[in-house]
Amino acid sequence: MLHSVFRPISRAPGAKAFEMMLLLAMTCSLSAAYAQDPKVTIDNFTFTPAQLTVTPGTMVTWSNADDIPHTVVSDDKVFRSKPLDTDDKFSFTFTKPGEYGYFCSLHPHMTGKIVVKTF
Amino acid sequence: MSLAKAATLDEPGGFTFLQLSDSHVGFNKPANPDALGTLKEAVDKIKAMPSRPTFYLHTGDISHLSKDSEFDNADQVMNGLNAPVFYVPGEHDLLDDGAGKAYFARYGKGSKGAGWYSFDQNGVHFIGLINVADLKPGGLGNLGAEQLAWLADDLRGRSTSTPIVVFAHIPLWTIYAEWGWGTADSAQALDLLKRFGSVTVLNGHIHQVTQKVEGHVAFHTARATGFPQPAPGTAPSPGPIKVPDGQLRKYLGITDVTFIQGKEQLAIVDIPLAG
Repeated sequence: MLHSVFRPISRAPGAKAFEMMLLLAMTCSLSAAYAQDPKVTIDNFTFTPAQLTVTPGTMVTWSNADDIPHTVVSDDKVFRSKPLDTDDKFSFTFTKPGEYGYFCSLHPHMTGKIVVKTF
Repeated sequence: MSLAKAATLDEPGGFTFLQLSDSHVGFNKPANPDALGTLKEAVDKIKAMPSRPTFYLHTGDISHLSKDSEFDNADQVMNGLNAPVFYVPGEHDLLDDGAGKAYFARYGKGSKGAGWYSFDQNGVHFIGLINVADLKPGGLGNLGAEQLAWLADDLRGRSTSTPIVVFAHIPLWTIYAEWGWGTADSAQALDLLKRFGSVTVLNGHIHQVTQKVEGHVAFHTARATGFPQPAPGTAPSPGPIKVPDGQLRKYLGITDVTFIQGKEQLAIVDIPLAG
């Protein structure tokens, strides 16, 4: 996500303009992270995005778009959803910084990660 | 009547059993709006057969969401078979908060550990294994150390001439790891079975027929009665596939297995619901 924000900026002429735009971009991404609740979609037996970075206190919502139930289960037992049938949702609020690997306990080849850190 | 089945009738000690799998009672999505209905059709097809099997195996995913009502509906249909049914769970049967409480209350009587068991029929030793419990991130199906130790114990002292039938939900050989179609520690189970002259491994989970023979071991997966899934790698995911109208019953079915005394390999015949 950050990568795509930076790419057009690197083409901007002049160091000062670059710095200003960088600052603007960082402010935008910060406020964006606070403003919207990030979502992870489960589609075709895949968590998308596979990795998501959020700030502490952010609620992440998973929704299942498959015709097959899935679960969202933390590797370290921090969170565990009930089986999510088609269009069911599960939310969890991440308060502590850290890396939270998770998987579908029904189809364990499906894995994802939430990174919680202060920007 | 198949030749194998005709031979069974003449041969003392021979018998036939049927495998059903992946009924997913409760599933109602476009790939099959009535999974209970197609299970009924499978049972009606069996009841119309000229000779009835001695018993049945169901290799898991009886229910879609482990709901009591789904198990109830499945049982009502399966009771129509009027013969013993030996179950092993699929991952869809262990979804409830109690990690299979509803399943084990119904089908777990007399099983060991997390639900595995064995029994004998006319000199053939049957072993029901569970490879869908407590799965680990990034992994495949899993038997676990406790079950492998039980299996070693169960096989100890048995004559190598005893025909063995192993049944479990997820295939005990790796069909397609990217979709989780395999069992991480199956090699250890197969190692325990390698001294036997005839081993038949029956699985479900992948909703299609695949087979392979390796040495004395014949591997086979059954069709589902619930809905079809794609061949390995032919779709973005292993999810249910909607086949053209009127084609569904060609993709669903049951598996007929016949043991003939004195023959090493069991005769396996896959029977689609139609076509």
